[in-house]
Amino acid sequence: MVAPATLRVVRCGGSSLHGARAVFSADSKYLLCASGDFVKMYSVATEETLRLMGGHADLVTGIQLNPRNHMQLYSSSLDGSIKLWDFMDGIPIKTFTVGSKLLALYALASSEDSVFVVIPKSGERDTFQLVSVKLTKAAGQDLEARELSVVLDGVDASPKHIAFGREGEYVASVKEVNLQVYFFKQKQLNRFSVSTTKTKSGNNHFTCIACHPTEDCIATGHADGKIRLWRNFCHKKEYTFSTLHWHHDTVMDLAFSMEGTRLLSGGVESVLVLWHNESDRQKDFLPRLGSAIEYISMSSDGALCCTLHTDNRITIINSNLRFCKSIQGLIKSTDVKTGLVVDPRTKALVLNGEPGHLQFYCLQSDQQLFSLDIVQRQYIHQAGLNQADLVKVAFSAQGKWLATVEEREEVSDPELQLKLWFYDEETQSFKLNTRINMPHEDHITDMCFRDMDELEDDSLILVTSGRDCVFKVWVMVEDTDPEAQQRVSWSCDFVGSYHNYQATNCCFSEDGSLLAVSFEETVTVWDSVTWDLKCTFCHPPGKIRNICFGRLTCSKYLIGATDYGFLCCWNLLSCALEWSAHLNVLVLQPDPLSEHIAAISWLSKESSLFVFKPNEPRPIYIQRNLCKEKIQLAAFVPRDEPEVIGSEKYLWLRRSQLFFLTDTQELMTLSTKSLEERLTPSSKQLAVEESLPVTPFSLLLGKHRRQQSQEGTDLRKLVVHNKHEQDSPAVKELLHTPAHVLPSASFLCPIFINSLLISKENKSAEEVADEVEMESEKTDDDSDEERDVTEMEQEDTSPVELLGEMTCKLSKAQEKELRKIRKMDYSWISAF
Amino acid sequence: MGEFEVHRVRFFGLVPAGVRCLACEPRGGRLALARTDGAVEVYNFAANYFQERVIPGNEARSVEALCWAAGDRLFGAGLGGDITEYDLARLCAARSVDGCGGPIWSMAANSTGTQLAIGCEDGSVKLFQVVPGGIQFERNLDRRKGRILCLSWHPSDTHIAAGSIDILRVFDVCSGQTVQRIMVNYHVQKVKRECIVWSIAFLSSGTVVTSDSFGRVQFWDWERGTLLESHTVSTSAVLSLAVSEKEDSIIVGTSTGATYQFQLLPVKMGSLEKRWVRTKPFQHHTHDVRAVAHSSTALISGGLDAQLVIRPLMEKMQKKGYDAALRKFTFPHRRLVSCARKARLLLFQFSQHLELWRLGSTNKTGKDGEVLPLCRMPEHLVQLKSKGPEHIYCSCVSPCGSWVAYSTASRFHLYRVQYEGDSISVKKVPKVPKLLPPAYQLQFSADSGSLFVASARGSVHVLQLLELGGCKLLHTFRPPSGSPEAVYLLAASADGHWVAAVSGDWAIHIYNLKCFKHHCAVPAYSCAVTALAIHPVTNNLVIAYSDQQLFEFSIPEKQYTAWSRMVQNCGLHRVWLERDSPITHITFNPKNPSHILLHDIYMFCVLDKSLPLPDNSALLMNQSTLKQLPENARQRQLHAFKICKKFQPLLFADLLDENCLVMVERPIMDIKTQLPLPIQQKKFGT
Repeated sequence: MVAPATLRVVRCGGSSLHGARAVFSADSKYLLCASGDFVKMYSVATEETLRLMGGHADLVTGIQLNPRNHMQLYSSSLDGSIKLWDFMDGIPIKTFTVGSKLLALYALASSEDSVFVVIPKSGERDTFQLVSVKLTKAAGQDLEARELSVVLDGVDASPKHIAFGREGEYVASVKEVNLQVYFFKQKQLNRFSVSTTKTKSGNNHFTCIACHPTEDCIATGHADGKIRLWRNFCHKKEYTFSTLHWHHDTVMDLAFSMEGTRLLSGGVESVLVLWHNESDRQKDFLPRLGSAIEYISMSSDGALCCTLHTDNRITIINSNLRFCKSIQGLIKSTDVKTGLVVDPRTKALVLNGEPGHLQFYCLQSDQQLFSLDIVQRQYIHQAGLNQADLVKVAFSAQGKWLATVEEREEVSDPELQLKLWFYDEETQSFKLNTRINMPHEDHITDMCFRDMDELEDDSLILVTSGRDCVFKVWVMVEDTDPEAQQRVSWSCDFVGSYHNYQATNCCFSEDGSLLAVSFEETVTVWDSVTWDLKCTFCHPPGKIRNICFGRLTCSKYLIGATDYGFLCCWNLLSCALEWSAHLNVLVLQPDPLSEHIAAISWLSKESSLFVFKPNEPRPIYIQRNLCKEKIQLAAFVPRDEPEVIGSEKYLWLRRSQLFFLTDTQELMTLSTKSLEERLTPSSKQLAVEESLPVTPFSLLLGKHRRQQSQEGTDLRKLVVHNKHEQDSPAVKELLHTPAHVLPSASFLCPIFINSLLISKENKSAEEVADEVEMESEKTDDDSDEERDVTEMEQEDTSPVELLGEMTCKLSKAQEKELRKIRKMDYSWISAF
Repeated sequence: MGEFEVHRVRFFGLVPAGVRCLACEPRGGRLALARTDGAVEVYNFAANYFQERVIPGNEARSVEALCWAAGDRLFGAGLGGDITEYDLARLCAARSVDGCGGPIWSMAANSTGTQLAIGCEDGSVKLFQVVPGGIQFERNLDRRKGRILCLSWHPSDTHIAAGSIDILRVFDVCSGQTVQRIMVNYHVQKVKRECIVWSIAFLSSGTVVTSDSFGRVQFWDWERGTLLESHTVSTSAVLSLAVSEKEDSIIVGTSTGATYQFQLLPVKMGSLEKRWVRTKPFQHHTHDVRAVAHSSTALISGGLDAQLVIRPLMEKMQKKGYDAALRKFTFPHRRLVSCARKARLLLFQFSQHLELWRLGSTNKTGKDGEVLPLCRMPEHLVQLKSKGPEHIYCSCVSPCGSWVAYSTASRFHLYRVQYEGDSISVKKVPKVPKLLPPAYQLQFSADSGSLFVASARGSVHVLQLLELGGCKLLHTFRPPSGSPEAVYLLAASADGHWVAAVSGDWAIHIYNLKCFKHHCAVPAYSCAVTALAIHPVTNNLVIAYSDQQLFEFSIPEKQYTAWSRMVQNCGLHRVWLERDSPITHITFNPKNPSHILLHDIYMFCVLDKSLPLPDNSALLMNQSTLKQLPENARQRQLHAFKICKKFQPLLFADLLDENCLVMVERPIMDIKTQLPLPIQQKKFGT
């Protein structure tokens, strides 16, 4: 595959992903979520991301199954378009352009060919209206949908503030303290309001609404934690409501079960509450869901429900309120203080996760590997409470040791703890080895291990720098106490300071012989054996923001970035400034596997990336306008195997991949590949196979697959097996391509027939596959499958070659006959 | 408003008795209420829920159930085993019939009011026929073991549902047989507690509604004996239940003090299927809600914390007004305190005794709002205990402080109190004239020379008090046209010329004391009189009505005064008319004849007739804003009503002399401490 000309910035996780309630597919096997600009499809059974449906140019604000075809999905976006997807195949069927921003989407079974969207009222700021959009049935992919009719005025922008009632009889909308219900048949609009009294627990503004599926009953959630159940609201005066109160803070979302007998509610307490029969007395709880519940949705068969959380987690819960599955990518924490750290062992990205936890995030699968509880204290969900949080983390070179710093934010004296964790091979997890209370008098600004791969245990040194104007060196000592549980523990070895300046950064050189510590405006270089101050560098004015040593061939250089927007490179041999550049560097990140150093600057509201080698002042690569958001952190993650990169310009991406985190906690990376490649093909196939209904075709296919899986010792079987392998691309081509993108039957038939023929050589099958690929270029999204298949063939060739003599060779006459058949015209089949 | 030296009296230890049962008059505007001490009160909805009749209790006569039958006849039954009919004109128990079944726990009248059913301790349900002049035993229904705690007639009068312990039974009235028995704790067999059916209601659809000690409200199909719906509303018992006349709404009261409303609502718009839904919870009480009632426009609940709460149903209200606000009554709508101005004594009336206190005094003066130190503490002089089980109807102390009179249902007592230095002697006056007891109101004349006794049939007796300690009946006034109702309010003029009397039919008659004859009657007004007084200088009669209207009637001229006409033309301020409680006492300032001093439970008001009336746009309670205004602006803002809300709840206020007031308060918290502890409930965040 030829590398594209430019690097693309790819979002791979994080941010606030969920803009709307998730939707279960009709058979509850898949979960569809709006996630940023994409719609993601997860498998409920395996928690895997099966599909990423991209195409919207802005945030996706609503997704709804097509009520008349459960295999189709509507999605709306801020870019003003509604897309109809075939989510099983992940292809857009139609795009309806509405024009104005779409803030929420609702689809009703009763309303023929129209959906409801919330759009801003033209000419007025912050007023929104609910309109119904008529989706024209014209042919073609891109359609205009300009036929709008206003249903309700003065609605709220949030998708949780509007709900459609029983069989689409009425629509209810809440805003602040007002509830309005519009009955479609009677064309009657009723308005109700609750008193505006403010209590200690907050005001009673409406926060969410849900309608009973079979009865005239509306449930509303309020900011003071109450749930009101409205009834008799078809009368303006004789309406009535009852109150359910358990939540102590805002009710974030509500959902009725399919029969309406149960009501689910969630809020910041991260507890899912199940109310039975709308009664105050009967309720069940599912506590400790990790973080505040943002959206709740139910599957159509009522067997599952799913909660989306503010930290981007998706929890699937079964009908008896048992935790079932959790889909979690990058957890959004309140503040990433630890920076992006790569775990050398798992190559996972390590950063703040749940409060007080460290998350290990697998970049390949976009999944959380595990969460390590560092603070080990109960987290209390309450605003304004100072709680201990993780601020610094560092791994030793092999990932054997983990150092963490936690602090409790107090104005006068912070409460600090340095913890050292040892990786236990048996339990495959980190075990607390040493806990040091108050390692520094003030906040710890930086921490690093001496990275020496060979002599790990003896020479392992940890350096911490603090705002109390010292840096401390910690070493392992043998524990002499016979009753001690651990063999070794950590203690302070050396305390260094420089003119009573605050120590801000510390960094070891690649060979571990030198330690650089920055003290405000000065960088000091220390010998790591004798702890002598070797030399100092400084580039006034401006405090040092980042420092790092060069690697490999450039290890004689020390790079520093200052507050006043200078990037300096000092030569350690000559102790002189090699070069400096005027650049406001926010992040300075060296690649551990090459000489390259990435610097990310922030200038005039955009981030730019500069990649350079310390030995030359000219950057190798510049990407301006990387993204609009401010980039806070970046990390190079080593690749498992070096990537083949065509262009010389991107050679620096060969061995490691650069990831960066914006201030909205969106994780991005630079990629040379196209989007489709990033998905694993196997999962795609899974989706197709699972969705197959039981038809004669599927039985045929199933038999075929069963045979595939059989490991026959019988030689004949193997041959048969191989033959089936060979014809599979064409069969798959025929069966897996969506019907509406298939070429005409006359076109397909020769290929299909050909594939059924027993070819003489293995090579001919490959030709067939190639042919298929060439001929069906239109169905480009199937190319993955095909490639996959060809790979499989290559693997399987070895037994065939071994058994070469055993395969029945065709006589020349037979071959000729076959060729004739191949050249025959099968177009008559299309007449059927 | 003027500055006064105020005696802030908080030593009146009144604890109102808890509400035991409530009964709404069918198709009528009255509510009967029985308290735990056996007192029966009647509230009139039309007269702004004025407590128009009070029948004091009797130790021997507890009331467990009240019901209206045969129109406006009120019956009560209690643990004494008797069914009592009350005479609402003479405010006493008229006649009693023994139920012959031990203590009576429940009583219910059928829809036509011709039959009474009682549920007894021995498990029997007895039917009584309501006949003119009494009731007659009719028959016994099928008797089983277990006390009958509640009863309800089917609206067609063919069946009776009775709730007992663990069980409810349905009787056929014709045959007297049990036609259905339903075990109510069938669903909670593991729990070995007994389930008490506290209250029951039989709906015309054949649904039986029960409330029980497990905190459930259950709906049963009586014919099949099946449970239709069950709502658990509370962790503690649901004690009371009442159904609206249309049978579309139910109110239940629980022992935690919460009340809940159930409504029969259509499941879907336009569909016939309806379901009972618990809708509104209310927490107005702190203790057991022993009684609830459902009027056509309001939910009424009464609790052991002595509160009667009337919560209007907003959806039934046509317009905003007095009826559309929540009303809470804790204290009686009449005076229990009388004051001897000259002797500076206060007489407090309790249910079975009287307390005579001497006010403290000070010799210091201070600024506005300052608390002055006492040089003599208030002194409890005498406690007079009434003998027998009967409760006191009324009491009074003479202005000179040397006479104390009180009356019970059967006896009238007059005492002479003599002060010799620090010692006090109380002597019962012998040979009190034989009057027809009870006296409903007592009033001494301003010179302490005579005592006016309000009596039955609209009559007022005048007793002359002799210096030596005797008394004799001087005259008995009777209204010229006659009246069946008792007199319940009296007012005597300071010059001894006039006495005004109000009887239960709200007619005010004025009698001349000099020539002992009927002087005139005040034009009839369609509302209850709550207080009246005669001005000492002008001899104008000031009348406060329960709809908060004020009238001034000139006795010598036999007509309303010009000021009164002006008030009627202009109308009173809206806020004044929507006040909660009736005015219970009116007095005057002799130094400033244009001032009228009046008070209700929540405010004390000096009404200055010389100032203009406020219009609806003006602020009625403007005293605090006036204080901040400069002098000339203040003059413009002044209006006739000068209201002080500093003293609450105010049971009595009177002017001792020109610049000295006495205010008797009874803080709610002091009452709460006298009550038993409420049920412990966990409150979030504590």
